Amino acid sequence: MITIKNLHATIEGKKILKGLNLEVNAGEIHAIMGPNGAGKSTLASVLAGREDYEITEGSVDFDGVDLLEMDTEERAREGLFLAFQYPIEIPGVSNINFLRTAINETREHKGQDPISAKDFMAMVREKSKLVELDPKLASRSVNEGFSGGEKKRNEIFQMAMLDPKLSILDETDSGLDIDALRVVAGGVNTLKSEKNATIVITHYQRLLDYIVPDFVHVLHDGKIVKTGPKELALDLEEKGYDWIKEEN
Amino acid sequence: MSNYTENELAKDLENQEYEFGFTSDIQADKAPKGLNEGIIRFISAKKNEPEWLLEFRLDAFRKWQEMTEPSWAHVHYKKVDFQDICYYAAPKQTKKYESWDDVDPEMKETMKKLGISLEEQKRLTGVAVDFVMDSVSVATSFKDKLAELGIIFCSFSEAVQEYPELVRANMGTVIPVTDNYYAALNSAVFTDGSFCYIPKGVKCPMELSTYFRINEGGTGQFERTLVVADEGAYVSYLEGCTAPQRDENQLHAAVVELIAKDNAEIKYSTVQNWYPGDKDGNGGIFNFVTKRGICGTNSKISWTQVETGSAVTWKYPSCILKGDNSIGEFYSVAVTNNYQQADTGTKMIHLGKNTKSTIISKGISAGKSHNSYRGLVQIHKGAKNARNFSQCDSLLMTDECGAHTFPYIECKNSSAKIEHEATTSKIGEDQIFYCKQRGIGEEKAISLIVNGYCKEVLNQLPMEFAVEAQKLLSISLEGSVG
Amino acid sequence: MNKVADKSKAFISKLDKTSVALPNALKDKANSILASLELPTTRNEAWKYTRVAKLGKINFATSKGNISSIDSYTIDPQAPTLVFVNGYFSKSLSNNHLPEGINFTLLSDANEVKSEIPIEDEIFNALNTAHLIDGVALNIAKNTILEKPVQILHILDGQSVMSNFKTRIDAGAFAKAGIIQGYFATEASDKAFANVTTEIEVGESAHLTIDKIQFENETSFHISTEQINQSKDSTFTLNTITLNGGLVRNNLNINVNGENCTSNLNGAYILKGKQHVDNHSVVDHRVANCQSNELYKGVIDDNSTAVFNGKVFVRQDAQQINAFQSNRNVLLSDNAAVNSKPELEIYADDVKCSHGSTTGQLDEDAIFYLRARGLSLKAARQLLVSAFITDVLDKIENLKVKTFIFSLLKERFGWEITPEDFH
Repeated sequence: MITIKNLHATIEGKKILKGLNLEVNAGEIHAIMGPNGAGKSTLASVLAGREDYEITEGSVDFDGVDLLEMDTEERAREGLFLAFQYPIEIPGVSNINFLRTAINETREHKGQDPISAKDFMAMVREKSKLVELDPKLASRSVNEGFSGGEKKRNEIFQMAMLDPKLSILDETDSGLDIDALRVVAGGVNTLKSEKNATIVITHYQRLLDYIVPDFVHVLHDGKIVKTGPKELALDLEEKGYDWIKEEN
Repeated sequence: MSNYTENELAKDLENQEYEFGFTSDIQADKAPKGLNEGIIRFISAKKNEPEWLLEFRLDAFRKWQEMTEPSWAHVHYKKVDFQDICYYAAPKQTKKYESWDDVDPEMKETMKKLGISLEEQKRLTGVAVDFVMDSVSVATSFKDKLAELGIIFCSFSEAVQEYPELVRANMGTVIPVTDNYYAALNSAVFTDGSFCYIPKGVKCPMELSTYFRINEGGTGQFERTLVVADEGAYVSYLEGCTAPQRDENQLHAAVVELIAKDNAEIKYSTVQNWYPGDKDGNGGIFNFVTKRGICGTNSKISWTQVETGSAVTWKYPSCILKGDNSIGEFYSVAVTNNYQQADTGTKMIHLGKNTKSTIISKGISAGKSHNSYRGLVQIHKGAKNARNFSQCDSLLMTDECGAHTFPYIECKNSSAKIEHEATTSKIGEDQIFYCKQRGIGEEKAISLIVNGYCKEVLNQLPMEFAVEAQKLLSISLEGSVG
Repeated sequence: MNKVADKSKAFISKLDKTSVALPNALKDKANSILASLELPTTRNEAWKYTRVAKLGKINFATSKGNISSIDSYTIDPQAPTLVFVNGYFSKSLSNNHLPEGINFTLLSDANEVKSEIPIEDEIFNALNTAHLIDGVALNIAKNTILEKPVQILHILDGQSVMSNFKTRIDAGAFAKAGIIQGYFATEASDKAFANVTTEIEVGESAHLTIDKIQFENETSFHISTEQINQSKDSTFTLNTITLNGGLVRNNLNINVNGENCTSNLNGAYILKGKQHVDNHSVVDHRVANCQSNELYKGVIDDNSTAVFNGKVFVRQDAQQINAFQSNRNVLLSDNAAVNSKPELEIYADDVKCSHGSTTGQLDEDAIFYLRARGLSLKAARQLLVSAFITDVLDKIENLKVKTFIFSLLKERFGWEITPEDFH
């Protein structure tokens, strides 16, 4: 699905990623953990194509194409989805209008006809149930006036609507209470299939009780320094990140 | 608003050039260039006007000659040579149209290109349309149906002939001849426009609409609109404007007067898309317009405007809130791109008790353009418990454009409550990135964000106009982000 | 002949030309501007809400005045004090033992006096230049940290007196200082006119705070122009408190020339009788990464009128500017008026600018509530008014200045406020 080789990235001359390697196959869930400042969010931003970052070295192969050569929206249309740590508010633009535009732009990219209003609305109803999103929120402005939990659920709702190949969840658990966390995780688990893959970026092990990863990677100082089964997350929780820092 | 999306409009927006920049080949009946009493007498005679109207014009002309062009607006342009303009250009075919079928096919084609086929309008939307091309009204639809309700909706010239007393009693009462330089000029040389009268207690059942078009080169357009809503009446009035692409600057100096008697309501919506000039700032319309309404007791006047066109815009649709409990509203979206300049806003003059006004202004500046909001809120001594709320937001798209806010707040009554807020900010890069990450291209993302930003104003427009306005916003801003 | 001959300028015909050592070219220019310019009318956009025609009807003269004590004008009793009466320095009333790191020069003593204040189309600045009586130049050396502020008191005394007075303040790099400017008028003062200019240089990383108290009288005229240049990393704060004066016009122009500057402009004006107070400010953001905060609040009673005109300019290359401007007014009487014109002129795109203006009256429900708790109407109103103005007065860090303002509020408005009422 995605193969990241020796990825180096800088922002304003500061090196953040320093030779990161990662391979994710279809059907897998990978967790990336690490202390603050390790480069977790940078990895998400770089993969999604945020222009503030400069890639100085390395390659990213996304299902046979060079991801780094594509614009942000092309990556999205090719099936890369980023659930934002801090979802953006867009006043005056309804969630529905936003999503319909997104879906139709993607369909157009793939040479498909726009989705009919009827099919679209049916899909909205179905997918909003998945994350127990109040249907009223669908017609409100994108993320405007949403609570923290509603914003995160809205991200997963959008993920369900767009049906991506690879989803990257950037600290999706931050700020969520346990009930909201369950709902969000439930959504992610339902969407899991043999054809798609998920990268879960998190600081805490808590989320991984609900979204069970196939692999856990530890990111430290811009590199993945340790990879293991899901139990690794528990070790980290117990011993703290200093344990990793000391080892390296 | 959620029933349609920018998607539905997207297809025909690819052409970045001014979409309405065609000229119609219709032989025009033109006055020689220049302005003097002779020309004014010529216009008046051409239109077979009564003596009092000629006097009105000549009086205005004499006063205009003593006035000077205003210079306080935040706009810079080459001064207009008023002797180099043709003040009368009627399409040659001047006979009155008895029915739609009589209309010159070429002119029908023009209207079709404008997307306002009257036939279609008649059939689909039930909007009554008056069409003014180069200052002369050429067709008014739905007249019979309106007549049954006692509603008069016709060209200004026709009103002068058919309802002279009604015209005479009302014209110039809201905007006196000497109000300002351009209003005086218009009063001297106006050639046509629309007239509308809604009798007591009648709610006009359909939107009334006027389309203005400058077609002929070297001409100015000086139309006058007068809308009178008698006691308890209601009308929603739409106005649209386009002009062909020309290298020269053309002058449009219109006057719009609204009179809302006691308990009446007038909703006046404008989508202004005069030719803005090319990418380098050549050509385009100088849009110097005076619009004002007066409110009786318990009445309401609401202005909504979407301004995307014109090289220079100078326009302040205003409300005189004379009657107690009257309400004035102003909703505006003004977009400037390339070298366009707009200085627009409103005046809310509170005279009566418990009068209320709301101002929502959204400015969008792109390219090298300058976009200014200029507004006056004036609370007079007798305006007890007057209320005003103003919100003026500016969005900047490039680092070469300007966005300016010049509110004037004058308060002479201690029971008044006035709130004014303004913000200026850049279009959010985070918002664009978020849209892109969901697969939405940059242009579409901007269009989406901008339409969202303007939603409060667009929501005020009748549906057909809102669609057109969204379309225009997208066209106006294509390729605009720096 | 040392007098202005032009008939149309009769109101200044009795004034002597300046003997301050300003550049000759500048003096000539000021004289010619003065000869050709008329007093502005309300057709002039900058004077739209303020009529100055009555100045032209008074035959002003200069006078050294006659003052024996400054007790009632001393804002901070411990601060070194420079006293000027009608523009003339009073050595006997001054206490000019300045601490180390700061020195002062009387403009009349200096061999060469600079002035960068614009005079083109500015009749009052030209007048100030052409007929400058005296003034002071304060130099604060690099790295100087002043423990105590320096106060400059200017007092009007006598009939139809005009004072043309100038202050120059130069705060060196990394200096930190407070200056108090007090403008007063004696009881004997009638129809007196203080026409003052202040030029301020805020050096790199310097912190300069000016507390300006205006407390002249109901017949006085006061027109002042402050011209401020800020260098990079500097912080400048000006608190303008206007509590008395017949006609007061403050022109405040800040040029932010260096990056990473902060500019704070705070103003409070409390008007009664027939007072007219007009605060004009221009903050010119010429470079990137700066912030400016402007808060002006006014209470307007009787037949008085307040004007606020604040402009924020953001030039084309001045990205990342945060500019905030707010003007709030309370009208206490049906004959009081306010004209507010907050303006933004923005030519850069990566900015956050906002302004707000509100005008209203005291909350009737709150008054009722306080009265229901036993307060008199007067006390209730006073409590609410002082609460309204508090957040501006709170910006003044010097407690002595604050205490002095409270004493003036008591003297003129009968308000009983103590510093404890403030947080």
